[in-house]
Amino acid sequence: MSTVTDSAEGTDVKAHEDHHGPAKGLMRWVLTTNHKDIGSMYLWFSFAMFLTGGAMAMIIRAELFQPGLQIVEPAFFNQMTTMHGLIMVFGAVMPAFVGLANWMIPMMIGAPDMAMPRMNNWSFWILPFAAVMLISTLFMEGGGPNFGWTFYAPLSTDYGPPSTTFFIFAIHMLGISSIMGAINIIATILNLRAPGMTMMKMPLFVWTWLITAYLLIAVMPVLAGAVTMMLMDIHFGTSFFNAGGGGDPVLFQHIFWFFGHPEVYIMILPSFGIVSAIIPAFARKHLFGYTSMVYATASIAFLSFLVWAHHMFTVGMPLIGELFFMYATMLIAVPTGVKVFNWVTTMFRGSMTFEAPMLFSTAFVVLFTIGGFSGLMLSIAPADFQYHDTYFVVAHFHYVLVPGAIFAIFAATYYWLPKWTGHMYDETLAKVHFWMSFIGMNLTFFPMHFVGLAGMPRRIPDYALQFANFNEISSIGGFLFGTTQFLFLFIIIKCIRGGEKAPAKPWEGAEGLEWSVPSPAPYHTFTTPPDVK
Amino acid sequence: MSDQVDEPQTVERSTRRTVVRSILVACGMFAFGFALVPLYNVFCKVTGLNGKTDPDPYLYKATEAKVDSSRDIKVQFIATKNAGMIWDFSPSTPQVTVHPGEPGLLTFVAKNPTDKRMIGQAIPSVTPFEATNYLHKVECFCFTTQTLEAGEEKVMPLRIIVDQDLPKHIKKLTLSYTLFDVTHMY
Amino acid sequence: MQQAKFLSLLAGLAVTGGSRAAWEVNMTEGVTAVSRNIYGLHMTIMTICAVIGLVVFGVMFYSIFKHRKSKGAVPQQFHESTLVEIVWTSIPFLILVLMAIPATKTLVDIYNTDEAEVDIKITGYQWKWQYEYLGEGVSFFSNLSTPTEQIQNVRNKNPNYLLEVDEPLVLPVGKKVRFLVTAADVIHSWWVPALAIKRDAIPGFINEAWTNIDVPGTYRGQCAELCGKNHAYMPIVVEAKSEEEFEQWLQDKKEQASRERELTDKVWSMDELMARGEQVYNKVCAVCHQPNGAGMPPIFPALKGSPMATEANQVGAHVDIVMNGKKGSAMQSFAGQLSEVDIAAVITYERNAWGNNTGEMVTPKEIVEYKKTGVYEEDPARQTMPDNQQASL
Repeated sequence: MSTVTDSAEGTDVKAHEDHHGPAKGLMRWVLTTNHKDIGSMYLWFSFAMFLTGGAMAMIIRAELFQPGLQIVEPAFFNQMTTMHGLIMVFGAVMPAFVGLANWMIPMMIGAPDMAMPRMNNWSFWILPFAAVMLISTLFMEGGGPNFGWTFYAPLSTDYGPPSTTFFIFAIHMLGISSIMGAINIIATILNLRAPGMTMMKMPLFVWTWLITAYLLIAVMPVLAGAVTMMLMDIHFGTSFFNAGGGGDPVLFQHIFWFFGHPEVYIMILPSFGIVSAIIPAFARKHLFGYTSMVYATASIAFLSFLVWAHHMFTVGMPLIGELFFMYATMLIAVPTGVKVFNWVTTMFRGSMTFEAPMLFSTAFVVLFTIGGFSGLMLSIAPADFQYHDTYFVVAHFHYVLVPGAIFAIFAATYYWLPKWTGHMYDETLAKVHFWMSFIGMNLTFFPMHFVGLAGMPRRIPDYALQFANFNEISSIGGFLFGTTQFLFLFIIIKCIRGGEKAPAKPWEGAEGLEWSVPSPAPYHTFTTPPDVK
Repeated sequence: MSDQVDEPQTVERSTRRTVVRSILVACGMFAFGFALVPLYNVFCKVTGLNGKTDPDPYLYKATEAKVDSSRDIKVQFIATKNAGMIWDFSPSTPQVTVHPGEPGLLTFVAKNPTDKRMIGQAIPSVTPFEATNYLHKVECFCFTTQTLEAGEEKVMPLRIIVDQDLPKHIKKLTLSYTLFDVTHMY
Repeated sequence: MQQAKFLSLLAGLAVTGGSRAAWEVNMTEGVTAVSRNIYGLHMTIMTICAVIGLVVFGVMFYSIFKHRKSKGAVPQQFHESTLVEIVWTSIPFLILVLMAIPATKTLVDIYNTDEAEVDIKITGYQWKWQYEYLGEGVSFFSNLSTPTEQIQNVRNKNPNYLLEVDEPLVLPVGKKVRFLVTAADVIHSWWVPALAIKRDAIPGFINEAWTNIDVPGTYRGQCAELCGKNHAYMPIVVEAKSEEEFEQWLQDKKEQASRERELTDKVWSMDELMARGEQVYNKVCAVCHQPNGAGMPPIFPALKGSPMATEANQVGAHVDIVMNGKKGSAMQSFAGQLSEVDIAAVITYERNAWGNNTGEMVTPKEIVEYKKTGVYEEDPARQTMPDNQQASL
């Protein structure tokens, strides 16, 4: 779509000027303000969190392999489910997307770096400290948070372990990191685009991240408010959520889900952007309906503020409230469907090849849509009385998060690894990673639809006998999916260390400014902005 | 070609403007989160949603007392003791039948069986929701905390009136009190 | 490793008996008009989604096979069409409106609790349910009755593993029953799939639901909101009986309550108290303090060998902690949950079991007095147990 002049030359001139290059050793990473360095740190951090949260999932699936208590006590199991959720949401998915944003957005818009490089550094470095604080709660007296990643009051306020205060601090830190990162992204996209790159010429990954960043600054502060109210209820004698003092536990749910629903869109919108870059590249055909895709993404973001109480259909809301939230939630299916149709139409009459990025993106379209269908079923409030808090919900959100967010992150990694490292990754191994992940994921989560419909509640370490068979299958799938992520780690390290030399543009149909710079991308790119036609 | 001369300054200025606005949005949303607390209460009060009743006594105006004898409304009373609240607590009668506009009077009995003074708070909740704004409490022990000395027993009056405008289809409503131990809050 | 996995897979299948229920993939139709309505909605929406999915994925898979570079496909360069966008925005919107209409009707029906004939108050506790038949004076707790040995895999699991209780909720068939749902500590949720009712139990607030059961039978459900350690272990069992059987059961329950009240006045022997106490302990206390009294320190102290359960001047403190609980800990107050007989029995059991052997007993009458005065005093009128008849276990 956009043509480029000058940048390679401009880069060489600048490279001559900082002949001392990036600092050496550990301090390089501590002090760096370079968006590529920071992007890499975010990605490595997120991978470490992915494996940590994954290990907790393995413990969960091991206990659920058979009915009865075999491996862990219920109190510890509750800590595992809680921490698995918190770590995956705040430690794996969100930082991975921020890492991809850091690496790619400046290059995609022809900017030399993010708008605020130093704040960028702080945004990252808060994370390891927050993660250590959060994980260390598992080793404190009374154990870690055990009230679900949704930490409803009064279970979390009046009945939580002593470590709850540290959990709250960790959430604050994670939130501040996200807010600063989002402000940086908005400032970068709005102000640092190369001349000629109008908003409607931006790649969709940039658009989806811009909208995501607005969602972040809108709702992360509300989460901060919710945990602050919790802190006050626990330590300062207030009664926000305590009925005895005139408060209301349901108020907590409203405040939490006002954050929580936009949060899940925060976790998927960047995926939409990634897939919208990869499918056209591998179909060798422009994205169908660019304008429509932008409007659909904006509509989804707007609607996401209006639907929060669909997580609360059984709480005893008045009829008119239930109806409103049911209708608003059903409505989100429209722009989401539009996006799916546009992706399929992009593929149609293209000329496709199926390297790893395309495999993951294709799987995304199919499996995310299945997750969307179960979401539509959940939106029907009376039916939700049978689905709510069962494994049907667990199936739904794992379908939209695993083949949704995670597969998109895998796809993006394979797509951009040549740009980051200068080498092609091992395509055969990557395909193995894909198929094992695909099979493992479906084996784990598809049966959860069945046990949920058959009556199995969520967040239980032990279950009635009729749920045993499908749980066994889920556990086996889980072990398969988990093991194969070590293959992913191997592929990445192998690619960093060597491999077939990658050209500036290894993918025939790829478009975008990032493909106009060499592979690996020089430390500083677009120090002079390119001309975009 | 682009105008390179004062571009860095303009970019810096517009960047700063974006950042300041974003920070204001973030702070505003934090305030909004806290504002949701009173907003929620106002919303519930105005609409009667969530069964939250008025925390203030209903001002009984004699001129409004046109009793609607054509309707019999059953008002049920239930008492729940929250965890750790060991007082005995129960209504003198489980149900009264009143006409809209006609005052109903009953009592709740509370007893502190421990050897320490304790303070309790009764929290009311009404179902169905649409009835909440039509069940008026002229006098209620739930408006204030109740202090009971060790071993003390108290009879607490409750005076209610069902509004004549109660939706026609409602013939029974339930007023529930949950008793909380709030000794540690005072 | 492979062999072990395979064998335990087989073992798992053997446990379930390979029964059809073990491979159940769908929601139940249930036994009420509402549940059937909801089932219908579920099937309709699912079918619509399946059809849309087949069409969309069909196009996609066709494309994946035909429009490949390896098959020589040449990419066409169409990339927008406002008309198409409008069409595939409007059609889904219309489908949604069509879905919303029956959904709205069902929801309106669910919210209409008028004209109920029976009122049941349901209170969620950590980790059991309490049922009260309003206006009848019948109220009881309903605890999980699956033995701990089955949970610990020491004994084989019975077919109703984790779905059985000591006291089910008995309801009449064919009558509109109204439920008033609340909780005494944290948020729980009362869910019976066969009735298609799931209502959150929120401390301090009352929620409403109703049902009208068509078919007599036993219907099982579970708590559906994370409520702490034993969230998985507080099931619900509803027994729907014909109207006459229901009335009979209600009558029996009232008589049982008055017999229980008489029991507080009778004179109890140590053996009787121990036998009853052991039952109460295993049902109510063992879940935290363990069947062998070892507890799980530091959160759940051991009772075996503990000073409070063995030292002579600690009886008052022992009674106090069982009756009133301990603030700031997981130990609840049981005064409202257990009868005076049960409290006296379980304290007696705890003071004599597992080698504690104090020879002391606490009588129901003493608990009645304790409730009045707040101070434990040994009833001077009660029988004392000669040393050589001391119970020891």
